[in-house]
Amino acid sequence: MNWVGHYNYWVVIFLMMSGFYVVISRGNMIKKLLGLNIFSTSVFLLYISMGKIHGGTAPILTDNPNQVYSNPLPHVLILTAIVVGVATTAVGLALVVRIQERYGTIEEDEIRAKDDSL
Amino acid sequence: MSTYVLIELAILIPACGALFIAASSRIPNLREGVTIATAASLLAVVAALYNRADLFTLPPIVLAQPLRGLELQLSAEPLGLLFAGIASLLWLITSVYTISYMRSNNESHHTRLYVCFAIALASTMGIAFSGNLITLFLFYESLTLSTYPLVTHKQDYDAIAGGRYYLGILISTSVGLLLPAIIWTWHATGTTTFNAGGILSGHIGNGGVIVLLLLYAFGIGKAALMPIHRWLPEAMVAPTPVSALLHAVAVVKAGVFCMVKVLLYVFGADMLLDCGGNNILVALAAFTIIAASLIALKQDNLKRRLAYSTVSQLSYITMAAAILTPLSVKGAVFHIAAHAFGKITLFFGAGAIYTAAHKTKVSELGGIGRRMPWTMGAFAVACLSMIGLPPAAGMLSKWFIMQGAFAADNLPVVGVLLLSTLLNASYFVPIVYTAFFKPDTTNHRHGEAPWPMVVALCATALLTVALFIWPQIPLNLAAQLPVKGG
Amino acid sequence: MIHLPVALVVIPLLGAAVCVLFRRSFIAWTVALAAAWSGFAISILIAVYIMKIGTLSYSIGGWPPPWGIAYHIDYLNSFVLLIVSGIAAVVMPYARTSVNYEIEEDSQAYFYCLLLICLAGLLGITVTGDAFNMYVFLELSSLSSYALIGMGKRRRALTAAYQYLVMGTIGATFLLIGIGLLYNLTGTLNIHDLAHQLAVNNIIGSHNRTLLTAFAFIIVGLSLKLALFPLHLWLPNAYTYAPSVATIFLASTATKVAVYMLLRFCFTILSGGFIFKLTLGKILLIPALAAILIASMVAIFQYDIKRMLAYSSVAQIGYMILGISLATPLGLSAGILHLFNHALMKGLLFMVMGAVNYRIGAVYLNDFRGLGRTMPWTMAAFVVGGMSLMGIPLTAGFISKWYLVQAALEKGWWPVAALILIGSLLAVIYIWRVVETAYFNPAQEMEAESSGEAPLSLLLPMWLLVLANIYFGIDSSIPVELAGRAATLLLGGAS
Repeated sequence: MNWVGHYNYWVVIFLMMSGFYVVISRGNMIKKLLGLNIFSTSVFLLYISMGKIHGGTAPILTDNPNQVYSNPLPHVLILTAIVVGVATTAVGLALVVRIQERYGTIEEDEIRAKDDSL
Repeated sequence: MSTYVLIELAILIPACGALFIAASSRIPNLREGVTIATAASLLAVVAALYNRADLFTLPPIVLAQPLRGLELQLSAEPLGLLFAGIASLLWLITSVYTISYMRSNNESHHTRLYVCFAIALASTMGIAFSGNLITLFLFYESLTLSTYPLVTHKQDYDAIAGGRYYLGILISTSVGLLLPAIIWTWHATGTTTFNAGGILSGHIGNGGVIVLLLLYAFGIGKAALMPIHRWLPEAMVAPTPVSALLHAVAVVKAGVFCMVKVLLYVFGADMLLDCGGNNILVALAAFTIIAASLIALKQDNLKRRLAYSTVSQLSYITMAAAILTPLSVKGAVFHIAAHAFGKITLFFGAGAIYTAAHKTKVSELGGIGRRMPWTMGAFAVACLSMIGLPPAAGMLSKWFIMQGAFAADNLPVVGVLLLSTLLNASYFVPIVYTAFFKPDTTNHRHGEAPWPMVVALCATALLTVALFIWPQIPLNLAAQLPVKGG
Repeated sequence: MIHLPVALVVIPLLGAAVCVLFRRSFIAWTVALAAAWSGFAISILIAVYIMKIGTLSYSIGGWPPPWGIAYHIDYLNSFVLLIVSGIAAVVMPYARTSVNYEIEEDSQAYFYCLLLICLAGLLGITVTGDAFNMYVFLELSSLSSYALIGMGKRRRALTAAYQYLVMGTIGATFLLIGIGLLYNLTGTLNIHDLAHQLAVNNIIGSHNRTLLTAFAFIIVGLSLKLALFPLHLWLPNAYTYAPSVATIFLASTATKVAVYMLLRFCFTILSGGFIFKLTLGKILLIPALAAILIASMVAIFQYDIKRMLAYSSVAQIGYMILGISLATPLGLSAGILHLFNHALMKGLLFMVMGAVNYRIGAVYLNDFRGLGRTMPWTMAAFVVGGMSLMGIPLTAGFISKWYLVQAALEKGWWPVAALILIGSLLAVIYIWRVVETAYFNPAQEMEAESSGEAPLSLLLPMWLLVLANIYFGIDSSIPVELAGRAATLLLGGAS
């Protein structure tokens, strides 16, 4: 197996795991959202590198019938996924703003302390 | 009116009665009138059913079919008819007693009591006439639930604690053991419809029979087989009429009724005798008879003593049915009736003593027989029945059970019967002795309880004697049960 | 007829836009009501079509599958469609009164808008025959449900929504990875084409590691979405603090649709559910049983009754997954049947919570004291819902429990059957606590005057579900038939 040749997958895994780690380990809600974004971005990279073909060009119809071109479908799919990711981030940030308004903090442990003290 | 309609009416009358009672809650006299009228019409319906020649040959009534092959069925057979008859007759008498008891003791929430009583009776009728295990289970559970408000009627800490115990044991055994047993039966045979001679034979191995029998025996918690008996004494926190009707007649008899029905109509006598599984049940019941009697000896609270006596007497029925000879089954069926009449008299007596003298302990009863001669006279007759002496009905059932045990060459059972008779005598005779011959210790002036209560308990005592003299009806019905050679 | 499948998604989406345009709560509610009822009508039409004629396919924009997105409806979808749109149709009439009470006037229109988007997403997941499209619709419904939950009155609703958002997004991303790997393997996203390619190229038989990895991601992702124990942590908070209407709707539809996705991926794409026979059945069996036991036990100790019901939902999801994990025709149809029955009973129970909240202002156990007297119809509905949850005969819950036990027995798994019954017993305990408090504990003096029976607009939908619970307990032929056919269809590839 060619370990180095698959470097794009290594990058994906590294990003995914670091994003996931941030989500799990950080108590700050904004940082968690950042982690979540890194996490989902890694999947975008996964899709994009899937469609890439070595030596392939953009999928535009040319005169050359043997023209090698990259698969456009994953790239198009990931556009949708990016939109979904942006929307998720937006909802998440809106929630964090409201949490800041109601609790006065966005640190999870402080919020938990405030909830428990009631 | 067709027989079908009559069977349906037997369940509908008390159910509708409950509605009418609830509707008339603002006018106590009307409400009590409705109660009595409902009880009387139920008795009339059951009596009419007894006179139908075609009753036991009809195909079952299908009420609903939630799943393919799983129906809600009603049908009548001799045992169910007898059970329905006893319950409806005693409901009528108890209603008279209850009304008087509730008024004299200034109890609260009368309407709830009467409504729940009627629902409990509807469930009892449902159990008596259910045509398959699923229907039986449904009504069994609704009986448990509808009696819970009755047990916790006083709503104080003791009542609720007792009620939780009652509900906890009965629900957990029925869902945890009885329901799996029913599902197993259905899984093995593809049916749950009761069939004379059993449905299981040929579908299940010998080991399976024994496990299944134990599941049923302990799953039917209402039969109070030890160690699933604790709910019965706990339920004695209920007002006395409730204990009288429900915990001497409807609930516990529903338990032993289910037990006999399962033995004869699900397992089938032949199959059990072939593999000898019934002996386990006989042993369990024999143990319960002796152990419960020993516990009863030590109880000073009158109602608790009666409760443990009930546990012991119920196992007579289970044991006799499990011996599975025609005579012993006859004894079991007869004992359902004999014990019902006797035990309800005893509870009525306890309630009358509580109402008139506010006493609950045996040791306080010195000389009470001279103040309440009718009550204690009836009480004494019922004690005779419990011990098994003539001229009371209990003697006949013991006779048949003994005969059955001899027929099956089961000498240990004979020994158990003799020993338990001794024990019965030693916990009942002191009550009667204290009441009549011990010096009067109280300075509280009182006479008999209100007359409707006295009439009710004398009536049940008379029924006990009458059953000894004219035992034909229950014996007739018992003779039609599907036992080998019977 | 031919455009019906797409109308199912388009109508609520357009309705959502109209809601925002007008911003008037009454108009928004009317639009939502109309959209929900037309959705239900279309679902019934589709179901009738499918029963009579057979599967229904629809290609978006006329592009034929596998290139274009195709909507593909068979017995399973149409059954789930009926559940989702039916619940929406019952919830909408209820929503008006409840939302007026719980949501501020100027954000009510947004609430209905979000509810419609969520409905569109759920219906979209159900009708679509395209794996990636499913993901998009899943995120559509999830995003709107985060916002719906965040609209709860108490501030904990916000943290609950945030928690759900984080866990839900991780779940969705896992699903996305799984779908990507499947695309990598086959070059197609159409579910039936996926199944075809996997079978034709003998990818299934060769124990392909990419395939297994893809399914590992998909199943973990979906388990997060459907709140399979121990990935259920978002659910209790979300259901507890969300507005009543949102809880009713989400509890009876959202997790069900996620279960549907699990079925689609594991049984349609991997024809006949071979992965279940491999190991997955046993892998899922354990969390399912743990869910039934542990979540039921936790439910017993809850004092917030909405939270108690949320834990009970986790347990009930365990029942569904248990049925599915058996991977036999009987087990699958039991699981699918429980989808339907659980929607009925949990919808009903949460409706009762909404009504109690409307009158009392909270749903703690103590608030139920004396409600048997002051709110007799509401509490009677609770009793029926509770009986259904316990699985008492003559209620819908009994039917699915019965099938589940049968399915377990058929495999000879006695302990599993016993655990199902123990789960029912635990349900008896937690429901009984409420019933006992409502009927046998005296009311508090102060509250006795302020409360009365819930308004008719809450009672009518509630009792519609009560009747449904009882009707489908007595005559279960329709759901049993549909679930049975769906199960046969899903397992069809195996034989």
